[in-house]
Amino acid sequence: MSTLAEVPPVKNKREVLDQAVIRFAGDSGDGMQITGSQFTNTAALYGNDIATFPDYPAEIRAPAGTIPGVSGFQLHFSSNEVYTPGDAIDVLIAMNPAALKVNIADLKANGILIVNSDSFKEGDLRKAQMTSNPLEDHSLDKFRLFSVELERLTRRSLEHLGLDAKSMDRCKNFFALGMCYWLYNRSMDPTVRWIGDKFKNKPLLVEANKLALKGGYSYCEATEAFQISYEIPPAQLTPGLYRSMSGNQALALGFVTAAQKSGLTLFQGSYPITPASDILHELSQYKDFGVMTFQAEDEIAAVTSAIGAAYAGALAITTTSGPGMALKTEAIGLAVAVEIPLVICDIQRGGPSTGLPTKTEQADLLQALFGRNSEAPIPVLAASTPADCFWVAIEACRIAVKYMVPVIILSDGYLANGAEPWRIPELSDIPEIPVKFATDPLTFLPYKRDPHTLARPWAVPGTPGLEHRIGGLEKQDPTGNINYEPLNHENMVRIRAAKVAAVAQDIPNVLPAGDPEGDLLIVAWGSTCGSITAALKAQRAKGRKIGHLHLRHLNPLPSNLGDVLKRYKRVLVPELNMGQLLWVLRAKFLVDAVGLNKIQGRPFKQAELEQKIEEMLGL
Amino acid sequence: MGTATLPPPLTKKDFQTDQEVRWCPGCGDYAILSAVQSVFPELGIKRENFVVVSGIGCSSRFPYYMNTFGFHTIHGRAPAVATGIKAINPDLEVWVATGDGDALSIGGNHTIHMLRRNVGIKVLLFNNKIYGLTKGQYSPTSEFNKKTKSTPFGSVDRPFNPMSLAIGAEATFVARSVDVFQGHLKETLKLAAAHKGSAFVEILQNCNIFNDGAWFSLTERDARSEHVMQLEHGKPLVFGKNRDKGIRRKSDGDIEVVQLGNGITESDLVVHDAHHPRPSYAFLLSHMEHRPGFPTPIGVFRAWDDLPRYEDVMNQQIKDVLAKRGRGDLGKLLRAGDTWEVK
Repeated sequence: MSTLAEVPPVKNKREVLDQAVIRFAGDSGDGMQITGSQFTNTAALYGNDIATFPDYPAEIRAPAGTIPGVSGFQLHFSSNEVYTPGDAIDVLIAMNPAALKVNIADLKANGILIVNSDSFKEGDLRKAQMTSNPLEDHSLDKFRLFSVELERLTRRSLEHLGLDAKSMDRCKNFFALGMCYWLYNRSMDPTVRWIGDKFKNKPLLVEANKLALKGGYSYCEATEAFQISYEIPPAQLTPGLYRSMSGNQALALGFVTAAQKSGLTLFQGSYPITPASDILHELSQYKDFGVMTFQAEDEIAAVTSAIGAAYAGALAITTTSGPGMALKTEAIGLAVAVEIPLVICDIQRGGPSTGLPTKTEQADLLQALFGRNSEAPIPVLAASTPADCFWVAIEACRIAVKYMVPVIILSDGYLANGAEPWRIPELSDIPEIPVKFATDPLTFLPYKRDPHTLARPWAVPGTPGLEHRIGGLEKQDPTGNINYEPLNHENMVRIRAAKVAAVAQDIPNVLPAGDPEGDLLIVAWGSTCGSITAALKAQRAKGRKIGHLHLRHLNPLPSNLGDVLKRYKRVLVPELNMGQLLWVLRAKFLVDAVGLNKIQGRPFKQAELEQKIEEMLGL
Repeated sequence: MGTATLPPPLTKKDFQTDQEVRWCPGCGDYAILSAVQSVFPELGIKRENFVVVSGIGCSSRFPYYMNTFGFHTIHGRAPAVATGIKAINPDLEVWVATGDGDALSIGGNHTIHMLRRNVGIKVLLFNNKIYGLTKGQYSPTSEFNKKTKSTPFGSVDRPFNPMSLAIGAEATFVARSVDVFQGHLKETLKLAAAHKGSAFVEILQNCNIFNDGAWFSLTERDARSEHVMQLEHGKPLVFGKNRDKGIRRKSDGDIEVVQLGNGITESDLVVHDAHHPRPSYAFLLSHMEHRPGFPTPIGVFRAWDDLPRYEDVMNQQIKDVLAKRGRGDLGKLLRAGDTWEVK
């Protein structure tokens, strides 16, 4: 014992690391999403590359302190490029026993564990179904445990403000955030600014949250609690101006941009649904861009009002998740039949039925491709990262108006809520979206087609001399009159299919990342991009000949896809479903591709992918 | 001074299409089509600004026979499609043709929400109390115990009263007419056209194939004058072959049928007030036909036009924000929030 006492504590030891993964976990009422977002914003502003994984329960306030009520926010920040929120975590902040229990398995050995010891009383342990106190029973010995009286310390920081105990306790997340800022040598300024803005009409709360934040920071400084702090230098990203961007936000901005580039009014028909509602929240703010948002009475009215708006000449979109897609199905078929432009966003979540509203999944691909009665093909696009949602939104609008066709965008809960740095593009670099309305009564026929795109004319009500009737009944080509003749029907079915197939002429040939030929090709789509990129990099560093093709266009598929598949000995298709793209590729290209399938409401871990890659390579 | 040449006035013929009308011979829909084609040219609206939207059912074939912009959509959804059209272009004159199944069963939700929003759409509900296009199942307006193909032992559903439903949804214009009362129908359509907000017109229509005579108790020559009460704003509620019966308020606020004479005169009767801002009186009217001895009212139940149209409020809100903030700068929007430069 005496030898220990003789060693003076190392003051302000600072270690430089290239990356860290931090997870804030607490009750869904503990403000973990805000805490995580604030740390993310601060890390991004500092210049780190970031990837986040917010993971929260479907219940707004599940019983306090219980396992179902645990909300988490994970951030991976680095001085290198990052592709995933990280498999294992370096620092876990657990606000209660339930949060500890749910998350501790992901904490690395010797990782930093900060717990709110004020919430480890007998009752708290019972709510988390724990029989002994982990802070005392040595079960956490392999971690660097910091047991902090977050409530008592927060109250003490705020005691002079005259707030009630409950209001003071609500600030404890910012006390914890302050500690983390000290731990990673981060400036508190961005969060202080955010607090000032967020509570601008409640000066007392501004003061309380600032004090809690600074209290946490000072506590670490004064007590030298950690004895060490870390420095993670900025990443070397492509030069440019950056901001942090989530998938839903990026979709919204992409649509506003597409509206401006096409000169059309943006109309969004939507019904609130997790995890898509944020697109509606975002777009409803942009009235100064002429954006019209309509919160409809149900999912069907959301899509049909958008169809009406498109018919009247708007750039019309509807946004939803899986259950809403199911309800919109018949209306999307109508849009196919009347051949008007429409963009449908499906922010996928776990299913079937209500499923896992707040968890991610990729199981709506076949629904998007085929989920309508009869022959009703539709272009389908998928975003691969949060920031990619911006570009996919613009691409979908371009296809919709060029080909007069409804287009489905697949995103998912992970992309929707996850954030990454986004290099802000120059508006002048984004091409215009040409739109031509029919105006000439002498040459107008409702289904007379452009020979190149097979698009029919967009003839909006109010145009003199173009009065005509459209509808869901089969049309005569090209008059648009009702027609039930067998050969006309077959002709129209084939024309609609050919039109969607023609979109392929606008899809550039795909080029796999990694090796252009070799032992294994990974083909995937959607939000798995980051994990696969990370796994690919690690495996190629070991000398393995692997390529990675991440498909943005799922219908039609890129024209050279079949050729690319042949350049590799084996094909792996990792998906967060039971093998839907796998099924398409096998059916279409007669390729003996193999699936890696995970249906847990969570993204792939890099390690899971690497394990499968090695297995397929016979290692 | 040059004189502008005015285009020749529109006629009924201008609203007829070259498409063969495919309703059953004798169907009440023909009379409604004829009335609408007669009324449209009189509204002073350019033909290209008319849009007729429909759902599914016999009535919903209507757009194909109107030489205007027309959109035959899917079952029940016409009000929602029409709402999208009106939101984007409030200047368009949008009429919805629908039926009792389309508007009140599969599309009931859209109907009530369009009405409570007061979207400036005119809805013509062809009520024949039966499913015609699917060949004869009971509808949400069919009477209790109706025997049909799907209810051989009688339906156990209680029917909707379309007028009560519309008034309950706080529709600002609610009226009823009858396919065979051509003069009354045209006048009612003109009143609906003149209304700025949502106009809901129930048209009692005979399906001579699957529900022939559903309205005979109102439309047969003798029955008409005895059982139908024509509503006229500012006039007392009188009915009967000899105009000798009327509706009087009771002290408890309810209404009763009284025989005129013996000291009871028209001055004792309820005077029809279609413009009352609150819907409760109109609701009372809409319910009387279910009561023994009471007549069935036709005409305008309610026409209160002080509520702004939904599409106008929607567009005005955008204009207000534009006036306050100025036109948005997309470059700035993309750069909004915290940004950082990588060199």
